[in-house]
Amino acid sequence: MNVGLYVWQRLTAAVMVPLVLLHVIVIFYATRKGLSAADILSRTRGSLAWAAFYGAFVVAVAVHAAIGVRNVLAEWSPLKDRDAGILASAFGVLLFLLGARAVLAVVLP
Amino acid sequence: MSDSPPELTVSLWRGVQEGRYETYKVPLRENQTVLDVVTFVQRHLDPTLSYRFACRVGMCGSCAMTVNGRPRWTCRTHVTTVADGGRLEIGPLANLPVIKDLAADLRPFFDKWQQAKGVFASSQTREDDVARVRPDSAARIAADAAIECINCAICYAACDTVRWNSDYLGPAALNRAWALVNDERDAGNPERLRSVAASGGCHACHSHQSCQELCPQRLNPTASIAGLKRRTMWAYVKGEL
Repeated sequence: MNVGLYVWQRLTAAVMVPLVLLHVIVIFYATRKGLSAADILSRTRGSLAWAAFYGAFVVAVAVHAAIGVRNVLAEWSPLKDRDAGILASAFGVLLFLLGARAVLAVVLP
Repeated sequence: MSDSPPELTVSLWRGVQEGRYETYKVPLRENQTVLDVVTFVQRHLDPTLSYRFACRVGMCGSCAMTVNGRPRWTCRTHVTTVADGGRLEIGPLANLPVIKDLAADLRPFFDKWQQAKGVFASSQTREDDVARVRPDSAARIAADAAIECINCAICYAACDTVRWNSDYLGPAALNRAWALVNDERDAGNPERLRSVAASGGCHACHSHQSCQELCPQRLNPTASIAGLKRRTMWAYVKGEL
């Protein structure tokens, strides 16, 4: 890991701390209140705030996890740094696409 | 009841990278160091045994070996503090190539010292006055905490990250870099920070702290590496790296 990857991983971790807390609160709220899928979608569809909240979450997760996976591969597998970077970047893109798809599915009107 | 004098059962690594442990019986004595045990084997039992030592008083850093699974300076390690049921297993330092028997090849260790720019780069000439460094300045105090390294490579042999990542510079080289980063007379920091911020530098450290636990000089390379992480992070954020 170099200083650039280190800074980005710490930065995305710092971004995720409040996001994770809020996400857990949302889960508790939705389950305690017994919200149905329709109730949830009525709140999220067309909401710029939820799109921004979970959009930021997806970007932070994709960057943070990809850097972590790169480090694991570089240290624990026979892969060279460059190959570990390519594989981890692909994993990050996959996480972003899956996350973005899920966010779009609930916020698009 | 036996009247035979007490003995130690000592297993010593014999060979190069490939080899085996061979067992010797060594008389147990008072105030005996691990280096005394190895020396006894070489002088009395097997003169072909190879090992390295110089000062015998904990100053030169030459005699480090793996003793019962942990790297230690053998000249200052008393047998009574490490022998497990009268048994000692002594091998060469880990994470380094073996020259022969108990002598490890320290070239990778010192190469990384150079790679971390562990050499003082003077900002002055011999014509200038002697630099005045305040003993109570924050930089001097930080440098002080890191300067007593004897290059024994115990931290390097103890480091999990070195074992996983052969490019990692290791605790001693980074500790040295941190001492120089805090040396007000040194002019080599831009290049030094670039070296320790690259892949294999300070950010590869997992802070397992084996280095500071086993350092015979009671230095704390983990703290030095944390200092480098902070310093290089700000340099990166400011666009200096």
